[in-house]
Amino acid sequence: MPNLVYVIVIGVLIGAGVTLLLERTLTRVLIGVILIGNGVNVLILNGGTFGAAPIVGENTTEEMSDPLPQAMILTAIVITLGITAFLLALAYRSWQLLGHDEVQDDAEDRRIIELAERDESHQDDEADEPPDPVYDDTPRKADR
Amino acid sequence: MVAPALVRWLGPKALYAVAVLPAATFAWALSHAGAMRSGGAVSESYPWVPQLGQELSFRMTTFPWVMVLLVSGIGALVLIYSAHYFSEGEIGLGRFAAVFVGFAGAMFGLVVSDDLLLLYVFWELTSVFSYLLIGHDPAKRASRWAAMQALLVTTFGGLAMLVGFIMLGEHAGTYRISEVIDQVPGGAYLVVALVMILLGALSKSAVFPFSFWLPNAMAAPTPVSAYLHAAAMVKAGVFLIGMLTPVFASDLPWQQVIWVCGSITFLFGGWTALRQTDLKLMLAYGTISQLGMISIVLGSGFRTAALAGAALLAGHALFKASLFLVVGIVDKSTGTREIYSLSGLGARRPALAAVAIVAVASMVGLPPTLGFVAKEAMLEAFWDGGAGPRAMLIVLVAGSALTVGYGMRFLWGAFATKPDYDDSPAEPVGFGFLASPALLALAGLGAGLLAAEADGLLAPYADLYPAGEHAYHLALWHGITPALGLSVIALSTGFALYLTTRRTNAWRAVKLRLTSGVVYRHALGGLDRSAIELTGRTQRGSLPFYLGVILVTLVVFAGGLLVFNGPWPFQARLFDTPLQLAAGGVIVAAAITAAIARRRLTAMILTGVSGYGVALLFIIHGAPDLALTQFLVETVTIVMFVLVLRRLPARFSERPLKKIRRLRVTIGIAVGVVAACMSWVAVNGRQAESISTLFPDLAVSYGGGHNVVNVTLVDIRAWDTMGEIAVLLVAATGVASLIFGRDRAMHRRGGSRPAPPKTGEHVRWLARPETDGTHQAIILQVVTRLLFHTIILFSIYLLFSGHNDPGGGFAGGLVAGLALAVRYLAGGRAELNAAAPIDAGRLLGTGLLVAVGTGAVSMLLGGTVLQSAILHFELPLIGDLHFVTSAFFDIGVYLIVVGLVLDILRSLGAEIDRHRESGDEPETQPTLAKEAA
Repeated sequence: MPNLVYVIVIGVLIGAGVTLLLERTLTRVLIGVILIGNGVNVLILNGGTFGAAPIVGENTTEEMSDPLPQAMILTAIVITLGITAFLLALAYRSWQLLGHDEVQDDAEDRRIIELAERDESHQDDEADEPPDPVYDDTPRKADR
Repeated sequence: MVAPALVRWLGPKALYAVAVLPAATFAWALSHAGAMRSGGAVSESYPWVPQLGQELSFRMTTFPWVMVLLVSGIGALVLIYSAHYFSEGEIGLGRFAAVFVGFAGAMFGLVVSDDLLLLYVFWELTSVFSYLLIGHDPAKRASRWAAMQALLVTTFGGLAMLVGFIMLGEHAGTYRISEVIDQVPGGAYLVVALVMILLGALSKSAVFPFSFWLPNAMAAPTPVSAYLHAAAMVKAGVFLIGMLTPVFASDLPWQQVIWVCGSITFLFGGWTALRQTDLKLMLAYGTISQLGMISIVLGSGFRTAALAGAALLAGHALFKASLFLVVGIVDKSTGTREIYSLSGLGARRPALAAVAIVAVASMVGLPPTLGFVAKEAMLEAFWDGGAGPRAMLIVLVAGSALTVGYGMRFLWGAFATKPDYDDSPAEPVGFGFLASPALLALAGLGAGLLAAEADGLLAPYADLYPAGEHAYHLALWHGITPALGLSVIALSTGFALYLTTRRTNAWRAVKLRLTSGVVYRHALGGLDRSAIELTGRTQRGSLPFYLGVILVTLVVFAGGLLVFNGPWPFQARLFDTPLQLAAGGVIVAAAITAAIARRRLTAMILTGVSGYGVALLFIIHGAPDLALTQFLVETVTIVMFVLVLRRLPARFSERPLKKIRRLRVTIGIAVGVVAACMSWVAVNGRQAESISTLFPDLAVSYGGGHNVVNVTLVDIRAWDTMGEIAVLLVAATGVASLIFGRDRAMHRRGGSRPAPPKTGEHVRWLARPETDGTHQAIILQVVTRLLFHTIILFSIYLLFSGHNDPGGGFAGGLVAGLALAVRYLAGGRAELNAAAPIDAGRLLGTGLLVAVGTGAVSMLLGGTVLQSAILHFELPLIGDLHFVTSAFFDIGVYLIVVGLVLDILRSLGAEIDRHRESGDEPETQPTLAKEAA
């Protein structure tokens, strides 16, 4: 049976996280990732049974909460830590180089969009125009 | 594969050795002459992909046998010739040798394969190898361009052909050529299949409308051109026509398409060849023209034509290879191929001229060459064939006349002494250099003289057709026949044409833009344009855009499934204990305010609050390990944030347009709702009992521990943990490289190196703290020093007790990391170095090594990877020691987590400090200073 509090917590954490994830500021994106991570952890937790600590000897197997989701969540928590550190370093680096931590549009994609808007083909015309038919196939000597 | 090494060792002479391979093939094929004569077949078959019923099946009948002879014989001769053509130290000669042999091998495979798909594979292989050969000189643009064009055109045709093959093969239920031909489909299905196959054959053979790639392929070295034009590549197309015509000649579009395209090619190619001034280009257009003719003849589908076609094919291979090689010699010895730069060569190089004359005689069809014999047969075939073929005779005679015209012009251009021009200088020609073309030309002559013998060899192929009342035989003399008359007409007209071209000097090379070449360019340009339009539409280059698309997809599909896969379960409980409601309320409030906060610090703290709230939920749920880890992680996260945020602007940058903001919130809410519903439905959807009900017993009996979660991590699901710590290692490396990145570059430029951690230096306990000028909280420093060791001990306790009580490597490592963080926060990086006089990378590496080592050891002990072994020791004084090997794995985890935190502190803490001190600011100062003011 699902726990309604969990369901609501999941919804709010993931909803708020996604909203932040769609931002351009890297710090906000990061906070979004953390919130989503927590939300997903609760989601996994919701799949297991509620109960006492899963420690053999202190509680009986029937009383215990489900240990499997817990092991998974534990892994997830620590990985989130690693990702947080990485994104923070990325944000700092971005600030150091550019003076802000906004996620920029990809420059190459921008260039292609501009080309498309101008209805042009790319400038590298290797495939478009044949070179002058100089069929110079004289053997080459290595420059030695 | 050996070829490049040989060439490096021996230089161009190695090509002799390489030539042994095709020569051996040639000898092998010759040894089957008897079988071929009697119409037999050699077939072999090897299993390839038995699951798909694919076999490597080969079958050699008369026609393939002729091709094998040509492919291997000419291949060997061209290789020998190349040994003279290329000079010492030619770039890429080793590659040339390897690719050439590969090309010959692919061609060989193509002609003998008895499986449509196998044939297709070899077909494409020849395309690829020819691409490499044409692009022999990658430094030249013309060469790259021509290679690309040849590849695109032939693979386009090849793909179309594949479709045709599959249509035939699927209909017949087999891809064996010898079986497919018994199960021919009918109607429109067959028409489509045949057109597709013809597209492949015609594009490969450079028949209209695909002729344009072949002249450009002249960018290849001359030996390659000789081989491409004479025996390989372009011959693949006519070979396919020759192989399939016996089956499809009577089916609707086959003969008609071939005749129309072939005629255009024959005449157009001949006409263009006549107008060239470059000897090699002249031959190239000549090849196009001849291929058109051979296609017409082989595609006709009656006995005499088949005989003539096979003879024409062989004759063309011999004289065209010979002529190309002659041009190569002319080019090599005089340095030019322009007919208006060459003069008097015939007088000084009589042997070369003689070879060329014999070859041209075969080309224009003068007796007693093979060319003559074949042309007689061709004319005879079409004279006898009824009204349609007789009409074709006009084309054939006109084309032959053109052939005579450019053949004569070729001889005149290359060897004649032209009164208006000076004699061109010419280097002497070695015997070995001339041997290959001479041999080829003589072979053409010899085959003509032995026409009866040739007839016997080719007859089994021709006999695939009904013989008619009187079977035609190849011979030099048939008496005065209409065919002979037509030959004479063609010869005399051709000679007249040649005289005309000689008289008008204005017949300089005209730069011809073939219309289909223009189509090719437009097609490529159009493809390019549409690719850009499509990319421009879909690849906006904006991260939020991509994420938005992904998330909306999630909402639409997952949400849609949820809505339509009802009925929904309505069982639910509000909460297990009211405490959950309280914790949930905190989380919800914190998360929502974090999402709308405008200051970084506020958002960060609120996130932390929601994180602690989740930890509370864990405790209430009965998951103390999780709660412990979550608390610690949240704390470390906050420390990290503070370290970085002190440098970033306090406020987030300006919010974008209201519309976009609304859109984001909408997507967020939608995803949240879908996730919540998914969770609800998923939990209700459980049907089987959780596998984890077995875990508690397993944990004790196999894992030797009482804390089920911990045993799950280090034993039952240890692989997950292994992957996870690897991720941590990567993340830590990433952090370090991002922060230290620029400095490393500076070091190489001779910049200042940051002081390394003081390893080994003895620091007196509670000594006067070394301050770096920024941190003066002495009391705090002393207190943290006092506490430090206690915390570290506690972390080690957590590590080892984790097997039976809440704790474990993660929690222990995080506690130790926090101890380091406290030291750093109190005393700066000097304190950090004093607390942990070790490189973070080393710690991480050791941790991974220990963890992996544990896995390896348990494997060595005979268990599976990461299986635990429980050890019991009786130690005096201490007593019973109970030890599980997975504890070592946990130690590895511990070390990695400590290493990660240390790495973070060094990078985001100490190194950023250093950046600040050295004034390493970004150029546009953010608002931090303003905020402070």
